[in-house]
Amino acid sequence: MTDTSQATIPQPYPFSAPHRLDVDPRYGQLRREEPLTRIRMPFGEPAWLATRYADVRTVLADPRFSRAASVGRDQPRNTPYQADEGILAMDPPEHTRLRRLAAKAFTARRVEELRPRTRAVAEELVAGMIDAGPPADLVAHLATPLPIRVICDLLGVPVTDQDRFHTWSEAVVSTTALSPETVESYIDQLIGYMAGLIAQRRETPTDDLIGAMVRARDENAERLTEQEVVQLAAGLLAAGHETTVTQIPNMLYVLLTEEGGWERLRAEPDLVPKAVEELMRFIPLGATAAFPRYATEDVELGGVLVRAGEPVVVSVHSANRDETVFTDPDRLDLAREVNPHLGFGHGVHHCIGAQLARMELQVVVETLLRRAPQLRLAVPVSELTWKRGLLVRGLTAMPVQW
Amino acid sequence: MSQEEPGGWRVFVDPTRCIGSGICAGAAPTHFVLVDGLSRPVNEQIDPADAVLDAAESCPMEAIIVSDVAGGRIAPEP
Repeated sequence: MTDTSQATIPQPYPFSAPHRLDVDPRYGQLRREEPLTRIRMPFGEPAWLATRYADVRTVLADPRFSRAASVGRDQPRNTPYQADEGILAMDPPEHTRLRRLAAKAFTARRVEELRPRTRAVAEELVAGMIDAGPPADLVAHLATPLPIRVICDLLGVPVTDQDRFHTWSEAVVSTTALSPETVESYIDQLIGYMAGLIAQRRETPTDDLIGAMVRARDENAERLTEQEVVQLAAGLLAAGHETTVTQIPNMLYVLLTEEGGWERLRAEPDLVPKAVEELMRFIPLGATAAFPRYATEDVELGGVLVRAGEPVVVSVHSANRDETVFTDPDRLDLAREVNPHLGFGHGVHHCIGAQLARMELQVVVETLLRRAPQLRLAVPVSELTWKRGLLVRGLTAMPVQW
Repeated sequence: MSQEEPGGWRVFVDPTRCIGSGICAGAAPTHFVLVDGLSRPVNEQIDPADAVLDAAESCPMEAIIVSDVAGGRIAPEP
């Protein structure tokens, strides 16, 4: 074990600007040679970066690595400002008490109840795209409206307001795409909008998730603040579509451009659930790291001593390509049998919407396989344009034909 | 909490439902441990503990069942 925290010059991170859905080869080298390495993000103090699967899981689930301890620190981050991170800056038991308010609505059992309705929405949207005729933009016709309709139904947010909160939601995933002033203004508007919906529920109770959260909060007023509940609901709305909206085109892009993708699924449609897991592993959705964990005591990790008070960020993409866990990790294998990927994270902050996202992604792929089996890109890959300055990687548009 | 006579609650993790999200091991590390990627209770008989209720109510697969000695369900709530 070596203690290099003071000795090494931290490397700028991310190592490279995101290019399509490529994974920087430096991660493979670091996993082999220097699994914990010193980095410096655009803002904040230097940090450790963990790249091996086992170390990443430890940082994400071991209580000696804390999110709450990041409050008040000069966090390694992508923006000049430090956002109020709400539930993502909490540890158990406070974190769990707040998360429990919403967790019930996102269990596998409850999500299954939403599948028929999601199928009907996907059918309607794909039919609309087919009616519009090729080439059609899959982002506008399907990838954007489907997750928004599903999360709005679940929360009880009027889908007619979607133009407003879709704009505001981008602030949550912006790194450089929006100015700090715009980010602040959008987040204030999103929070104000959600506070209004919550106030309505107090007047007129509802059975949707916001209504349930309001009831739970009023029954446990001593344990939950109003602000926590408003922030959580706003966070669910924003996260509930920015991620899936982006991942649907990413998945189809990979299926349509990688060997063993779309054609294989067309021949073996029963592979769809496994294929979605493999795509969650294979696609580096995040463009950079975020949410550093602070060591609350000295911890030996990846051959170095992380000292109490030092921050560690993780690369989920690197973990998902760890050759000690995944056979032939850089190959897309839609039938991969053993696939404990970290695409939805790990530990107490594991994506609350993971089951919902899985279901939506499965429904989208199944519907397109059935309704547009000859689906293909309508432009060369080099003409596709990618989003910039966001926490996530994704296509701005995806012209397809069938 | 008494170490000699833990009791009152029983904890079961259904291995056919567990997806190894790590939520329980992170929320209640003295009660759950991941073995080969899946969660297991550290002890199957425990004294009542809020953290175990939190874990059971937070599990997306509802794989954690907490019951009393008579077998009555304590968590998760239906």
